Amino acid sequence: MANRTIRIWRGDQSGGQFEEYTVDVGEGMVVLDVIHLAQMHHANDMAVRWNCKAGKCGSCSMEINGKPKLGCMTRMGDYEADEIITVQPMKSFPVIRDLVTDVSWNYRQNERITPFTPRPRDADGNWRMYTEDVERTQEFRKCIECFLCQNTCHVLRDHDKRDQFVGPRFMIRIAQLDMHPLDTVDRIPATKEEYGAGYCNITRCCTEVCPEHINITDNGIIPMKERIVSRYYDPITMLARKLFGGK
Amino acid sequence: MLDVNEIQTITHDVIVVGAGGAGLRAAVECSRQGLDIGVVCKSLLGKAHTVMAEGGAAAALGNVDSRDNWKIHFRDTMRGGKFLNQWRMAELHAKQSPDRIRELEEWGAVFDRTKDGLIAQRNFGGHRYPRLAHTGDRTGLELIRTLQDKGVHSGISVHQECTVLDLLKDENGRISGMVGYWRETGRFVLYRAKAIIFATGGGGKGWRITSNSWEYTGDGQAMAYRAGAELMDMEFCQFHPTGMVWPPSVRGILVTEGVRGEGGILTNSEGDRFMFKYTPEKFQSETADTVEEANRWLAGDKNARRPPELLTRDVVARSIVQEVKAGRGSPHGGAFLDIGSRRPADYIKKKLPSMYHQFKELAEVDITKDPMEVGPTFHYMMGGIRVDADTQMTRVDGLFACGECAAGLHGANRLGGNSLSDLLVFGRLAGVGAKEFIDANEGLPEINHDQVRGIIRSATDILNREEGENPYLIHEALRDVNQDFVGIYRTKEGLTEGIAKQAELKEKAKTVKAYGTSQYNAGWHEALDLGNLFITCEAIARAALLREESRGGHSRVDFEGEREEWGLVNIVCRMGDDGNMIVEKLERGEDPEHLAKVAHATLEELEGSNG
Repeated sequence: MANRTIRIWRGDQSGGQFEEYTVDVGEGMVVLDVIHLAQMHHANDMAVRWNCKAGKCGSCSMEINGKPKLGCMTRMGDYEADEIITVQPMKSFPVIRDLVTDVSWNYRQNERITPFTPRPRDADGNWRMYTEDVERTQEFRKCIECFLCQNTCHVLRDHDKRDQFVGPRFMIRIAQLDMHPLDTVDRIPATKEEYGAGYCNITRCCTEVCPEHINITDNGIIPMKERIVSRYYDPITMLARKLFGGK
Repeated sequence: MLDVNEIQTITHDVIVVGAGGAGLRAAVECSRQGLDIGVVCKSLLGKAHTVMAEGGAAAALGNVDSRDNWKIHFRDTMRGGKFLNQWRMAELHAKQSPDRIRELEEWGAVFDRTKDGLIAQRNFGGHRYPRLAHTGDRTGLELIRTLQDKGVHSGISVHQECTVLDLLKDENGRISGMVGYWRETGRFVLYRAKAIIFATGGGGKGWRITSNSWEYTGDGQAMAYRAGAELMDMEFCQFHPTGMVWPPSVRGILVTEGVRGEGGILTNSEGDRFMFKYTPEKFQSETADTVEEANRWLAGDKNARRPPELLTRDVVARSIVQEVKAGRGSPHGGAFLDIGSRRPADYIKKKLPSMYHQFKELAEVDITKDPMEVGPTFHYMMGGIRVDADTQMTRVDGLFACGECAAGLHGANRLGGNSLSDLLVFGRLAGVGAKEFIDANEGLPEINHDQVRGIIRSATDILNREEGENPYLIHEALRDVNQDFVGIYRTKEGLTEGIAKQAELKEKAKTVKAYGTSQYNAGWHEALDLGNLFITCEAIARAALLREESRGGHSRVDFEGEREEWGLVNIVCRMGDDGNMIVEKLERGEDPEHLAKVAHATLEELEGSNG
């Protein structure tokens, strides 16, 4: 056990400041453990979201020494023994209190996406899909909705284009539906017009922070952008559209 | 005096409390039935404990081994539950779970596939055939996301980060609503409904070593108990045999049974594959008795019997404790679980990706190369609110329960994989049950304002008193008491002492104090949850004291082995008129002949008979 100092942002929409807490840190502890110790012994009312404490629910998203991370998967041992750890709420979402932010905007984006609509079942009542067909879509279904990618995406974080771009989390949700072997809906026009795929300029910041190591940009966003390009900007397709109509 | 009319009021036909698999499935069903439906949950939508379910959902689809059918699933469930399950619930569950799984696929779930393109199924403890539909080792997340996305487009109103404090009843004793508070603001909210469905999960947060999250404080059990419902089978606690044991900060985090289902083996410090020593007599004829036979099974020989690592969870958990007690434990007091020497690294990463990730990041162990250290962790409550098998209604009019907070399906021990299918089957039935109840009992019941005021007053007292006990420290002390006295192995003396210590802490908790305002105040939330946890833990300890035998997830050192007379009763707890807990035996009655015949049949008699 060793005493460690942790600085935690305390406050609400009206303002706040960092408070320092010194706690006894045991072997193998993660940042969330240290926050809990500070809460238990020094600041009972401190607000922090968490659930599974195993990197599976995506509740304890925060910024640790400036990096967007899950508190439950960030080990104290990853930092120098005398390093002061600074923890603050995700910057891109309005703070509610202390480390808790208002992430409701994300839930509203999900509602905008046309739901999964499968083709009819096979004659025997089953659907047949093969491992190689479902692997691409399964990668995106690993998403635990921690919203760290949304927090990091500079279109949302720095340019505040919330009304125009659904963000990386929902780009891979759309990609997941698009690549689902059973789905029948064409979401390409909406991905271009409503969900704002064009705003992403592929800086891969979202991919870097994903705790599930989902290849958001290369496997999700870029293929969707390519589909839009081939639909709308491919010269032959454009000509065909002019001649024969259609979207 | 507080004017109840000033409080925010939300009205729905039906309100579901809890947004895990059971709650969301119940809500989807209510919506399909044309009801106006609200879901109230303590956390954000999609974060419920169901995401922690890893291995899969059990359903006799017969995709991997066509000999499987509902009768064998039913038989496995009854045998695993040591015949204390409610017969009818086990029957409904085994018959309906295949349809519930197929339906998830219709709503977008993407399960792993067989070579023929069908839903793949994996082996699990206590299941005769590969039966668990799964998505790698994150099946719970797949299930919850599917239901969440289905729910979003089914017109369900979700009231998230809202904690329910207590139920309200009208003068006829029917449920009329409930009072809760928004975690964000601390403001109170009055919910009115024609029926309420609890899907609130379990109470593992009462134990030191647990796989459960903070939400698991037995809220549904305690609120239903206070409203007059009965709690049943509370003595049966599932200690999952494989929780992480090292480092200390991750102790208790779940290691999926899928590791053993995929061929993982348990060894002790002497390198001995010890589970061969612990096969119970009843399971000997269906379990491999040599390493050679177990290896043939892993290689796919359909005539080989299953390895003993896949015995039911109660057996495996006790065996690990026995090995540790005999001085043959791993360095940190567990057993070794080895998959790295059994399967190629790529296979492990494909089938058990989150286990790979979890051990790599939290314990610096590469499971494709080195064994894991594992030991028992409080995982699941077989007991809960007593319900009608077909409708899921409790003993209180208008109150329904499904999922972990309800009792009956699992008896004395739950088979892995039967929880996710339980959620789907009984979540749906609760929705159907609520609809039938509303059709037969029209109108919105009246709210008793005194009840509302009483609930709000006890909640605000915690904030208003000048000083008092630290709620976190009381909770920590309670976890130690239960771990020490109400753990895997129990005695009369230990349980008696445990109950006394629980009572001391409960008394202390009466003066618990939350500092600060009501705005997202974690200390206040902790203090409010504690009241429910005390009731749930007390029921567990008292039922455990009454049952003088060892069966499934209840082991009495002073009463070893199953006793015939205890196979004839379930134990129920209810609140007496004086507010004290009454614990009594409930006769099970005659076994239903048609089901008993199936449960006691040989496998040969049942294989391939889907009638």
